Amino acid sequence: MAMCAYFMCFLLLLIGLYCVVIKKNLIKIVIGLAIIEYSINLFIVLIGYRWGGHAPLLSDGMKDWVYVDPLPQALVLTAIVIGLATLMLIIALCVKLYEKYGTLDITEIRKLRG
Amino acid sequence: MNIAPLFIAVPLFTAFLTPVLSRVREGIADVLSNAATATLLALSLAALYGVHTKGVIIYTFGGWSPPFGINLVVDGLSALLLVTISLISVMITIFSTKYMDRFTDKPKYYTLLMLMVAGMCGVVLTGDMFNMYVFIEMAAVSSYALVAFGCESDELEAAFKYMVLGSLASAFILFGIIILYSFTGSLNMAQISSIIAEKGASPPVQLCFALFLMGFGLKAALVPFHAWLPDAHPSAPAPISAMLSGVLIKAIGVYALSRVVFNVFGMNMLFSEILMILGTLSMIVGVLLAIGQWDFKRLLAYHSVSQMGYVVLGLGIGTPLSILGGLFHLFNHASFKSLLFLNSGAVEYGSGTRDLHEMGGLKEKMPVTSATSLIASASIAGIPPFNGFWSKLIIIVAAVQAGHMAYALVAIVASILTLASFMKVQRYGFHGKLKEGLAAVKEAPAAMCLSMIALAAICTAAGLAFPIVLRYLIDPAVSVLLNGLGYSGLILGG
Repeated sequence: MAMCAYFMCFLLLLIGLYCVVIKKNLIKIVIGLAIIEYSINLFIVLIGYRWGGHAPLLSDGMKDWVYVDPLPQALVLTAIVIGLATLMLIIALCVKLYEKYGTLDITEIRKLRG
Repeated sequence: MNIAPLFIAVPLFTAFLTPVLSRVREGIADVLSNAATATLLALSLAALYGVHTKGVIIYTFGGWSPPFGINLVVDGLSALLLVTISLISVMITIFSTKYMDRFTDKPKYYTLLMLMVAGMCGVVLTGDMFNMYVFIEMAAVSSYALVAFGCESDELEAAFKYMVLGSLASAFILFGIIILYSFTGSLNMAQISSIIAEKGASPPVQLCFALFLMGFGLKAALVPFHAWLPDAHPSAPAPISAMLSGVLIKAIGVYALSRVVFNVFGMNMLFSEILMILGTLSMIVGVLLAIGQWDFKRLLAYHSVSQMGYVVLGLGIGTPLSILGGLFHLFNHASFKSLLFLNSGAVEYGSGTRDLHEMGGLKEKMPVTSATSLIASASIAGIPPFNGFWSKLIIIVAAVQAGHMAYALVAIVASILTLASFMKVQRYGFHGKLKEGLAAVKEAPAAMCLSMIALAAICTAAGLAFPIVLRYLIDPAVSVLLNGLGYSGLILGG
């Protein structure tokens, strides 16, 4: 069960990579990047999760319980915020590119080469 | 008073104050960012002095001791990078006061620049893996925005390409950090390294190495991952190109990679071999692609790929002498490559072109730019007595001593090709007959000349007085890398 979740998470990463590498549309590339980010966020949450674990609040009489690891949850929040910032910037770039070139097709946006 | 957090606080506060205060008065942004970078330079020299007299400086956030809280560490290697970053950023801000008049909205430019500086200082100071990721993203996101700053079509295109590859690199770095966390249960570099030393270099560590190599390799533009650099660096405004090529690829690429490989994983034969191969590839492929370029800035960008190859080769060989050469070349490359990009900026400012076909005979019209570019070209091509010569010589001698004759030979060939391509720059750009339409070209304004002359003086001084530079600046950094896993004892014990 646990392995299956990790496997699906890795599959999501590969889908994102496929999307970034193969797709020709700027927006689809951005979606691919977002999928990669989400798969990694999912992975962060997964490694902190314990099956049948409880929220990590320590009080009397709960010494023997299994707790989930709270640190990855803090990390994933940071990662999501950073992801939001990069996503905003890249979408802004897409909007500007569309204004300049009138297309979102990456094969037609090629002034630079070499 | 611990000075470590000031390196992040000063540029960060400047970044937030700049847009607020420039609503009151337009010119205040110039003053504020120049004051901030000058403060950083003074602080970094103080940090260097502190490392010499007192050893490692450790700052713990909120007073939580290292394995639990985030800590900042100033050791020899961090001090070298801090001096490099602050030295170049001082020159950049002086240069920008005049150069950036061509663009609208200077305060936003300074805000982004200061955020980038804060991010880079954070990367070289932090002793925590996830914190390093956050600072890398901070420096990287502001650099994406700065590449697109001109908002012309090719700048946007370059920024998009840079950003897609940069985000991919960041994702791989984060993936590596998380795998490392689940393997060791810690995010503190020192603790991770002591746990890895116990468990040995098992498959998860090698997977992390592969992910970090891909991530930091993309950020440092090593050869299989270099495609974004020749587009992104020339598209940015000239001072930013100087900043990106001069320090960004070193701070968030090579520094981060070498810190992780040497101090966290521990160097071994496999890692060393991979770094040497990547370094040599970058060296030769970069220079071969550079030699055919006619766009001044694009040519310089390809040379950045090639020169970073020398640094990585020096670090990869892993002997004390080669690491010395590699780190010295890192410092030297920061000085002469920033100078060359500033030269290209001055030429573009004066004549409006960066195509070498359209330049020519600028020597009479722009004596300062021409003279400083000659010094920088001599440095990068490895002509004695300038600084590039000594660091390349040390790397080549170290490669021969370690028995890597083939790598030494490639390094020599790449150096000769570098000389050839800079002969071309000098011949077509500054010497020869003055082209038509360039008769009205004037020398760059005083502020721009000042920073170019200062950088040229650094190139010359570091070449003439190289034993002093090696003794006080580079040696402490070399001992940090050679100490390897002893790093963890230093932090956790101290």
